[in-house]
Amino acid sequence: MSSPTVEQLLAEFAQLYPPPPPPPPVAEKPAAEPAAAPVAAAAKPTAPKPAPAPKPAAEGVAPSPSVAAPAQEGAPAPAKPVAPRPPAPKPAPAAVLQTERAHCAIAVDFAAKGYHVDLAIPATEIVAVAQRLYAAEFSLDTMTGVDWQKLEQMEVVYDFLHFGNGLRLVVRCRVPRANPELPSIAHIFQGANWHERETHDFFGIRFLGHPNLVPFLLPEDATYHPLRKDFIRAAD
Amino acid sequence: MLLTKEQALARSAHSVGGPNETFVLNLGPQHPATHGVLRVKLTMDGEFIQRAEPVCGYIHRMHEKMGENRTCAQFLPNTSRLDYLSAMQYTHAWCGIVEKACKIEVPERAEYIRVITSELNRIASHLVGWGAWVMDLGGFTPILYAFDDREKILDLMEHICGARLTFCYYRFGGVVNDVDEHFLNGAREFVPYMRERMRMYKKLVTENIILRKRIEGIGIITPDQCRRYGACGPVLRGSGINYDVRRAEPYSIYNRFDYEIPVYHECDSMARYLVRMDEIEQSLRIVEQALATIPEGPFVNPKVPKVLKVPAGDYTFATEAGRGRFMVRLVSDGSDTPYRVKLRTPCLANLSLFEETSAGMLLPDALAHMGSLDLVIPDIDR
Repeated sequence: MSSPTVEQLLAEFAQLYPPPPPPPPVAEKPAAEPAAAPVAAAAKPTAPKPAPAPKPAAEGVAPSPSVAAPAQEGAPAPAKPVAPRPPAPKPAPAAVLQTERAHCAIAVDFAAKGYHVDLAIPATEIVAVAQRLYAAEFSLDTMTGVDWQKLEQMEVVYDFLHFGNGLRLVVRCRVPRANPELPSIAHIFQGANWHERETHDFFGIRFLGHPNLVPFLLPEDATYHPLRKDFIRAAD
Repeated sequence: MLLTKEQALARSAHSVGGPNETFVLNLGPQHPATHGVLRVKLTMDGEFIQRAEPVCGYIHRMHEKMGENRTCAQFLPNTSRLDYLSAMQYTHAWCGIVEKACKIEVPERAEYIRVITSELNRIASHLVGWGAWVMDLGGFTPILYAFDDREKILDLMEHICGARLTFCYYRFGGVVNDVDEHFLNGAREFVPYMRERMRMYKKLVTENIILRKRIEGIGIITPDQCRRYGACGPVLRGSGINYDVRRAEPYSIYNRFDYEIPVYHECDSMARYLVRMDEIEQSLRIVEQALATIPEGPFVNPKVPKVLKVPAGDYTFATEAGRGRFMVRLVSDGSDTPYRVKLRTPCLANLSLFEETSAGMLLPDALAHMGSLDLVIPDIDR
């Protein structure tokens, strides 16, 4: 798979992280945005395991026009509340905040979002996924964090791209904000060394197994993490 | 002729501490060859580099936090201060991501103006990188020629947007001022002028034996290293990988023009040099075509609201800047300020491979190699 297509990637990751069954109608769901149905439908045929109850995606969603802004990736709205894996988070009371996605790969409209595939995985599996992507000749574009303070979570976002066909892949992991740790991938993609140091600087996320997790852009004695949402008014 | 390490050690005078002694040499943070406040901690074995560890952050300004505390429009000038030599492409990325997220249409004429100014900016950027690099290698003359040519571009830019370096010319939905005949004619005259100069540079510099001895075969970067470090821009294309954001993730109207992506397979500093020189010619081609077909019409979309609220979501947008792929990630929660702004800059990725590729090099060769990466330090430190 030297130049994988979107379909091949989705199929491969659907084996690892099967798409969750469509949820029963739940009241607290964010409304499915118009883009959701076609994209979810496009993702479905590539999944080798048919979901237990393959209802059409859109109909599983209660038509509650919730105040919630549309979900983060534009696509995964139906898949959200029932994740097959344990850490199913409670949707934030503050409806504007994004909730954690189920662990699966979805196709994304490149023209609207700027990437082709969005993959959410458990933090413990990032090394395995990075190894697969390295074998598939992906390059690490960048990585960063997002502080979801109200959800008590940190998100680590990895951007991959393929030099052969320009495919863009986003991998997301969530870690608890109180103890943000996940394995380092600097031994697979050496470029991650600096990106992980920077993410550690800015968010305090620790990358286990990193060879040299010392401040990168901040002063060497820095004890603060400026991109955390509770780091405000530092100049006062 | 290059000496091997063993030959050099055999010829060298007796060192005090025995054959295995190393010493630490600080290159920078104030050193002319680093072109900014970059420090490289060199562990030296005589004249040979054992380990070169870049130490970054001397000009760190936390642009990403500023992005979270400002509206999208207020953050726009910040983006031109990252890589100050590629300000057009950087502001293009920020305008592009906001236009993509808010679904703002850009008029046809504005897209042409953007392409013309971006490509002129790329030529100016390559001229600075080229002149400064050749100056590092000991040739003082070329930078004077390069700045002479660049001056013509800067005069044109100053005429349309008032700035000569940190341009903030693009706006959401277009550009701030229309271009006039003075600019268009100036750009039309510049194209043949620059072609003539490129012929002269080929004779003066590219075919110069001193330059070639300094950079041919020096600083090999393999395609696999490019992939592991996420290298981009001329560094990547000098390693035989045909990747250019303008082709891979087409933005603006680049797909309407006929141009080539220069690729060299030698993987050395000379390959990166040649990629940049060829890119100047390709940019001239794009400018020429755009100038010939630029339509009349509005230069900015009049319907862009004053207060922009980006719909909640996670967006990315990349442009091909002078030094490579510049990508912005904008995470929005639907309010008028971004929730998170990530700036993925090309120089950071390109410098990160320096430690691996410079090991075992002679110090002067490592400086030639570093020059071939064409670093802009504020772009690394952000």
